[in-house]
Amino acid sequence: MSDPMEEIRASYFVECEELLESLQDGLQQMDDGHDDSETINVVFRAVHSIKGGAGAFGLDDLVKFAHRFETAMDEVRAGRFVPDSAAIKLFFQCADILADLVRAARDDAVIPESITNPVLDTLDEMVGTSEEVEEEIEFAPMVLNLDLGGGGASGLPDLPGLPALSGLPDLPGLPDLPGLPDLPGLPELDSALPLPPASPAGQTDNSGNQLNHFRILFSPENSLYSSGNEPLYLLRALRDLGEIKVRCDTSTLPGLGDLNPENGYLSWIIELSTEENQTTVREVFEFVDGLCDLDIATADDTALIAENAVAPQPELTVTAEPDTSAARLPDLVPEIADILPDVTPEPEVAPALDKEPEPMDTSTAEYDAQSAAGAQSSAKATPTQPRATVRVDLERIDRLVNLVGELVINQAMLSQSVAETSLPQNSPVQTGLEEFLQLTRDIQESVMMIRAQPIKSLFQRMSRIVRESSAMLGKDVRLFTDGENTEVDKTVIERLADPLTHMIRNAVDHGLESTADRIATGKEPVGHVTLTANHRSGRIVIDVTDDGAGINREKVRQIAINKELIAADAQLSDTDIDNLLFLPGFSTADKVSNLSGRGVGMDVVKSAILGLGGRISISSVEGKGTTFSISLPLTLAVLDGMVVQVAGETLVVPLNAIIETLTLTEDDLRALGPQTHVVQIRGGFDPLLDLGAELGYRAPKDSYIGDIVLLIGQEDGKRAALVVDAIEDQRQVVIKGLEASYGRVAGIAAATILGDGQIALILDPVDLVSEATGRTRVPPKHLSIAG
Amino acid sequence: MSLEVLAVDDSRTMRDMLNLALTSAGFTTHLAEDGVHGLEVLDGLEPNVIITDINMPRMDGFGFIDAVRSQEKWRGIPILVLTTESASELKVKARAAGATGWIVKPFDPSKLVKAIKMVAG
Amino acid sequence: MTDNTKKSDTATELLSFLVGGQDYSVDIMSVREIRGSAKATSLPHAPPFVRGVINLRGTVLPLIDLAARLGLETGQDTDRNVIIVVDLGERTVGLMVDAVSDILAIPEEDMQAPPDMAADETHNFVSALTIVDGRMIRILDLNAIMPDQNEEAA
Repeated sequence: MSDPMEEIRASYFVECEELLESLQDGLQQMDDGHDDSETINVVFRAVHSIKGGAGAFGLDDLVKFAHRFETAMDEVRAGRFVPDSAAIKLFFQCADILADLVRAARDDAVIPESITNPVLDTLDEMVGTSEEVEEEIEFAPMVLNLDLGGGGASGLPDLPGLPALSGLPDLPGLPDLPGLPDLPGLPELDSALPLPPASPAGQTDNSGNQLNHFRILFSPENSLYSSGNEPLYLLRALRDLGEIKVRCDTSTLPGLGDLNPENGYLSWIIELSTEENQTTVREVFEFVDGLCDLDIATADDTALIAENAVAPQPELTVTAEPDTSAARLPDLVPEIADILPDVTPEPEVAPALDKEPEPMDTSTAEYDAQSAAGAQSSAKATPTQPRATVRVDLERIDRLVNLVGELVINQAMLSQSVAETSLPQNSPVQTGLEEFLQLTRDIQESVMMIRAQPIKSLFQRMSRIVRESSAMLGKDVRLFTDGENTEVDKTVIERLADPLTHMIRNAVDHGLESTADRIATGKEPVGHVTLTANHRSGRIVIDVTDDGAGINREKVRQIAINKELIAADAQLSDTDIDNLLFLPGFSTADKVSNLSGRGVGMDVVKSAILGLGGRISISSVEGKGTTFSISLPLTLAVLDGMVVQVAGETLVVPLNAIIETLTLTEDDLRALGPQTHVVQIRGGFDPLLDLGAELGYRAPKDSYIGDIVLLIGQEDGKRAALVVDAIEDQRQVVIKGLEASYGRVAGIAAATILGDGQIALILDPVDLVSEATGRTRVPPKHLSIAG
Repeated sequence: MSLEVLAVDDSRTMRDMLNLALTSAGFTTHLAEDGVHGLEVLDGLEPNVIITDINMPRMDGFGFIDAVRSQEKWRGIPILVLTTESASELKVKARAAGATGWIVKPFDPSKLVKAIKMVAG
Repeated sequence: MTDNTKKSDTATELLSFLVGGQDYSVDIMSVREIRGSAKATSLPHAPPFVRGVINLRGTVLPLIDLAARLGLETGQDTDRNVIIVVDLGERTVGLMVDAVSDILAIPEEDMQAPPDMAADETHNFVSALTIVDGRMIRILDLNAIMPDQNEEAA
């Protein structure tokens, strides 16, 4: 395994994407009028957590930006700034920049401050924060007078150490201090410490560094104990700094009758010889600063303190151990606890543990990659790890997907050979094979699920596209989304980003009217773009809808004529005209705008969608708006297909494209021209396409009577009848792409390997039909009657 | 024997880093995502130290400390609060809520271990 | 690897083979494997020299009839046809040839550019020539073998 910090860094960026997502969500909710504190908190926390991690990895640009953004959000959280819609818009902008900064940090790129600073300045100005709020008060001393009556800190429970006190009925109280050595715990301390041979105590250590001498007076207040602090550990921390001599001052210890078990009565005088300076020594007391009387004097002043010291106390000499491991130290605790009026944490793991903790290596590990990785893996086994997740290289999953694909093929081959042995239908082999089939499908489904993820991340990217493009065009646009949790193959999501971006830009730019036009036609000034995703009959359908003016078909037609895409007298249905938008080189914008006119037309969108095994269709109502509908396969890896024979070739037709199969009778067929036939099915006429001829395998036949046809349905409701020679089987096939090895083949989606090891091509029926009808349409005099 | 630490933070990155630093130092580490989860994890445990973030969903650090301190068996467990820089009021508030000490984020693993040793040996 | 490579640092190892009765060769570094003939699944609208696609242990490979591609006499398909699987940078294709002949190590100085003659079909595919035992061996320019993405869909 690689460097654990690198792993965490990588997972930090993954977490950032999630945080950015909830940031977007939160801002969207604020924009929708939810100003409850939890919504604002979610936003704040997202920025805060991004900053936190960025700090850990030294991503300064990110920290800086996140910090100022966080400060502004803190103002909102505290109710000192109430954001209006303009402010929320700015927050969105900040979120976008934050996202950019995260990705820049991930990719080691830099985003110039000229981009980030103006936004931050606007933010500061609006919210009323300023940059120099910042000051490091890290370890600044604080004088605290805490009322410890509240917060559940008072009323200490039964002290584990207390019973020991009952063994001291003879304790004569304060004046009789010499009685103290009889306390059960204390005198034993020296012997209780199995100390390693201490390094020879001298004025200088091995490295010859100058030793500093401190005398420390340390008198805890009661609040020190109730805050969970423990003098013993502080003494140990001091011991780790050098050589110490500790004396306990019990002079304020009352008689037992007056002893309040909740109070602390002891103070300590510590002599410390250390290489460290006073600041370091003081740091030991950082947590108890304000909870005790503390006096740290350098050696020169020590005489005075010695004077004030009370009668000789049993000395506790503890020397710094070379090994800082805490492993043996808790042995000490019970003894000390006996005399400390304090709750001491149980040193041992509670026996009531439900599960045995994973055995841990107790030796002090270096903070290096190897031991950390080992420690990490053992920590993974601890039962309390929250929602266990494993990060897996996508390549490994793809390998699994491929293997399962091979399994499917293998299963098919096995089924085929078993079928050829003509075993009885209910033979154990057949039954076993059925179960095998079921299992294979289950495995396949599970494997596919690994690759699936909610489409939400893609939708959020689109919300940014809407914001940016509407700002650039000066249009007021709102994006509505639905079905964000629809799960889609990861690769599909990635490859959808570009076409979808273009479609969204297109909707904002061309779909929606200008604000003035909207007002003029009595529409709401704010344009709506709606992005939805859902599963529909084994496919994923993504709709991009705008409530704009709809497609101006006369204009589209005119442009197509001007560009000689169609003949001037072509008779086209509305759908035909709409589909002209997908022709290469078509652009409806009068003036090439900054946005959509980037040399990318809807034809590119269409081919990207086709490349994903999807299709795209348009529906538009004049004055009401336009919907682009993308339909995609659930997975890129397998499909249910019908295996057919055509002109001696075996082909697979995706099952979900087939509406029905039928055998043609004379009554079904109508000749439309010398080579053009239509099929009459349930009152409708559908074009007849000879698959063998369309694919160039053979010349068109003279007669199709008695032939089998597959009725193919398209997203837009168009249909076509494909002539095949025979239907062989229905089965699941593994998709093997052709494009990488060969290139795109018109009418063919991909290939697959059949049970006999032979390759069969997978038909792209919709592409085939549109290619075929397209050929007959241009020149449009022979317009086919498709649709 | 090794010290047992419960670390509560809603940020996965922070949990990962705490886990790495703590396990590397030889502590037995338990992790939780927020206050509510922290209490669930704590049930049946008696860690030597609890480390908690403040700003968390469902139950924040203050609520969590309060809940821990209100149980007698957990009252003595030292609690270190994770704070970000320049949050002196936060330290005051944390102490008022019953925290024992604090760790400033982003933390340096050696400082983390030092802080734990100051409150739990 | 072989003694031949040690003779000259710039020697290229070539796999030579017969296609359409002529001697050709490819850089052996491009060769992934050699296998017996296989039944190809034909591709619609493909140029005549694309026999179709074959299954190479789960991978779909285009099969090029090299004789047809080079404009040579296409012999009868026999079981003795051999497929040389070659890497062309991003893609892998199978080249159908008559037979594989030899592995040769040719020092760079023994290779010469093809003479600048009137371009016939074959000329475009030959990157260098060499003489071995009195026979002229043509070194194939593999990158010219597969049509461009745009060219092929005709």
